[in-house]
Amino acid sequence: MKPNTKFLQGNEACVEGALYAGLRFFAGYPITPSTEIAETLSARLPQIGGKFIQMEDEIASMCAIIGASLTGHKVMTATSGPGFSLKQEALGYAVMAEIPCVVVNVQRGGPSTGNPTHVAQGDVMQARWGTHGDHAIVTLTASNHQDVFAMTVEAFNIAETYRTPVILLFDEVVGHMREKLVIPAPGEIPLVERLRTSVPGGVDYHPYLPREDGRLPMSDFGGVHRYNVTGLFHDMWGFPSDNPGVVHGLMRHLVDKIENNAGQLARYKEFELQDADTVLISYGSAARSALHVVRNRRARGEKLGLLELQTLWPFPAALVRDHCARARSVVVVEMNTGQIMREVKAAVKNPENVFLANRIDGTLITPTDIRNILRLIQGRGV
Amino acid sequence: MAVKDFIRERFFPHIWCPGCGHGIVLNSLLRAVESLGMSKNEIVMVSGIGCSSRISGYLDFHTLHTIHGRALAFATGVKLSRPELNLIVPMGDGDALAIGGNHFIHAARRNIDLTAIVMNNRIYGMTGGQFSPLSGCGVMATTAPFATVDQSFDVAELARAAGATFVARSTTYHVQQLTKLLREAILHEGFSVVEVLTQCPTYFGRRNKMGGAVEMMKWFKDNTTPVGSKAKTENPALIERGIFVQTERPEYCKAYDQVIERAQKGKK
Amino acid sequence: MERCRLVFSGSGGQGVITAAILLAEAAVLEEGLNAVQAQAYGAAARGGATRSDVIVSDEEIYFPKVNQPNVLVCLTQEAYNKFYPIIRPGGMLLTDPRYVKIERKVDARQWELEMFRTVMDRIGKPIVFNICMLGAVLGLTNLLKPESILKVLERRMPAAFLDMNRQALDIGLELARAA
Repeated sequence: MKPNTKFLQGNEACVEGALYAGLRFFAGYPITPSTEIAETLSARLPQIGGKFIQMEDEIASMCAIIGASLTGHKVMTATSGPGFSLKQEALGYAVMAEIPCVVVNVQRGGPSTGNPTHVAQGDVMQARWGTHGDHAIVTLTASNHQDVFAMTVEAFNIAETYRTPVILLFDEVVGHMREKLVIPAPGEIPLVERLRTSVPGGVDYHPYLPREDGRLPMSDFGGVHRYNVTGLFHDMWGFPSDNPGVVHGLMRHLVDKIENNAGQLARYKEFELQDADTVLISYGSAARSALHVVRNRRARGEKLGLLELQTLWPFPAALVRDHCARARSVVVVEMNTGQIMREVKAAVKNPENVFLANRIDGTLITPTDIRNILRLIQGRGV
Repeated sequence: MAVKDFIRERFFPHIWCPGCGHGIVLNSLLRAVESLGMSKNEIVMVSGIGCSSRISGYLDFHTLHTIHGRALAFATGVKLSRPELNLIVPMGDGDALAIGGNHFIHAARRNIDLTAIVMNNRIYGMTGGQFSPLSGCGVMATTAPFATVDQSFDVAELARAAGATFVARSTTYHVQQLTKLLREAILHEGFSVVEVLTQCPTYFGRRNKMGGAVEMMKWFKDNTTPVGSKAKTENPALIERGIFVQTERPEYCKAYDQVIERAQKGKK
Repeated sequence: MERCRLVFSGSGGQGVITAAILLAEAAVLEEGLNAVQAQAYGAAARGGATRSDVIVSDEEIYFPKVNQPNVLVCLTQEAYNKFYPIIRPGGMLLTDPRYVKIERKVDARQWELEMFRTVMDRIGKPIVFNICMLGAVLGLTNLLKPESILKVLERRMPAAFLDMNRQALDIGLELARAA
């Protein structure tokens, strides 16, 4: 077996992806089921001269990574349900101040303390709208360790490209289970490094003046350019402004830089969709069960396919519409009460053909659950 | 470098009310920085939310105006990732000790090399005059129309107990002492706290019949005394000014270097 | 190969989770198979009836949990009482009479092996009980080569403990052969 093959937890696969992407600073707080990410990084980061800090709470962890990112480092924090709630205000700060960072939420059952050691996918909408105010956000997910690794690298790349926080929305099953991971060779997955300004020291640098391509080159805190960063609406200097023109311009910029690139940001996988009359749409650990059903039913001649979403936000509406255009029924498989199903209904031409196959009891939805629901939809009874 | 060179004139006039003490703190701070001969590029100022927090925007350092109460947490991230930088964290009393109280005690516990300035005007000014954890009993505020019954913190005692290795207090009346204390605090390696009693004539002064800015500053003169003075034994109600704590303890970023060393032992 | 689904159950601290990880890791890293391992978290992992699931296959494994194990190992009475009904018809149940009194007939081969007593007699260290169990499972199923487990153990532990673990694995294999 190749030396770069590992057998590990999904949380550890996330760590491998983060380190591959160039993570140098992590701040965290213990919480199930994401703690292994902090534990592993507390050992790995100092080995490469990086920094790990266990902060006094979830809020502080989010704040600390934003501060560290400003100095020019790739940064990450990891949490789960309650901790993700606590991080929301500072997450919004990173959106507003356009500071690249990666926030992992290994989902567990909620609301409140909920079901800490069991799986759920109930934070999909919180990832989208958790912080207050109108905004756009990028959220990625994955169903297996190879993809956890790949999406973690993607998260860092997107964070740097768009100067935005990126949420990695994993779940307890994927985070805790162990399976194989083959770590790609260096260079095999391209990395996006921080875009730094070419403006020399002593010349005015405008931290919030986009280039022609829309990107905002950064300048490391502590370097040659001194500028202001704030969570208030701000002008090109980063100085607070409530001028309606400035507020409108920044709002449009913050939303458009993400929403206008929804197509480019869409990561997904297709399984047996070519002639599928029933399309399953799923993500995270639920997609494992969905794929199990697809493989199993295909072997029996049923025309079943799966669209596995890896980008949840911005929601790839056009992609979903296209892939569902010829389907008689679309079944969204997720472990909540229909958070992505509602997005799918809004995206497709015939929302009455969209159904939900879910499970909300802290147990991974099983292939049998999905099969039974499919039979019901097809009018064949369980 | 002239003090004026530390200011971003582009962003003036400032938002503070006439008579506000925050400008005096800013002045003392700049004089302290100037006397140290520091380069503007090596100073990072991180602030939270409130009147006092706006201080960062006016200064030509690397300035990070963050969210309410969390300045020290942001500053911890900046400092640990770039330990060679000098971090100054101006905060209001509500910012530092109510919503930010947890970060305050933990920054002190870690003894991370940050200079925390608590600009204590005993009121939430930005939101219009609500009582703070430093208002103390018997204070009138918009959320205490029948006077407060809340006890207050003693910032110096709290900082000492939490592990801060430099703790001092002065007022906006005692500007020369304030400048000297801020200078010492910046020079100190470890978590340093300077509490500055500062006046909010608009909300605290008016509502509590303290008079205008001048009367409030006079109150600081009359009601404070140097640390360990005889006056304090005669009148225990006096508030002490000066240095309360100045000790050495391993600084967090330096200590973390040892973690890196241990982690890399036997590697590569 | 036939997909093999295993559930190791017992009480927290007996090492059933470690045994499951070793087995799955050996399958993936030493024999080039696919394997997934999942386990109970929280209070159950610190006492009470805990379990760890392993699936080994030469094909892709999607659904990672075991509903009906081909191989069920129960190392406490509580675990046996809780889990014996889920065994796959025609599967295999392994218990240790020191801990488990078999009370029901199930449609499976039932092996009661004196693993704990033999480990204590010959090695004297209860800590390798789980490795002995793993040896017994391999001996009864031929799922993996014992050397594969040893290779994983070599990577994971200091040489000083290796010998004791090798012995325990051998005891398990021997008990299985004699059964």
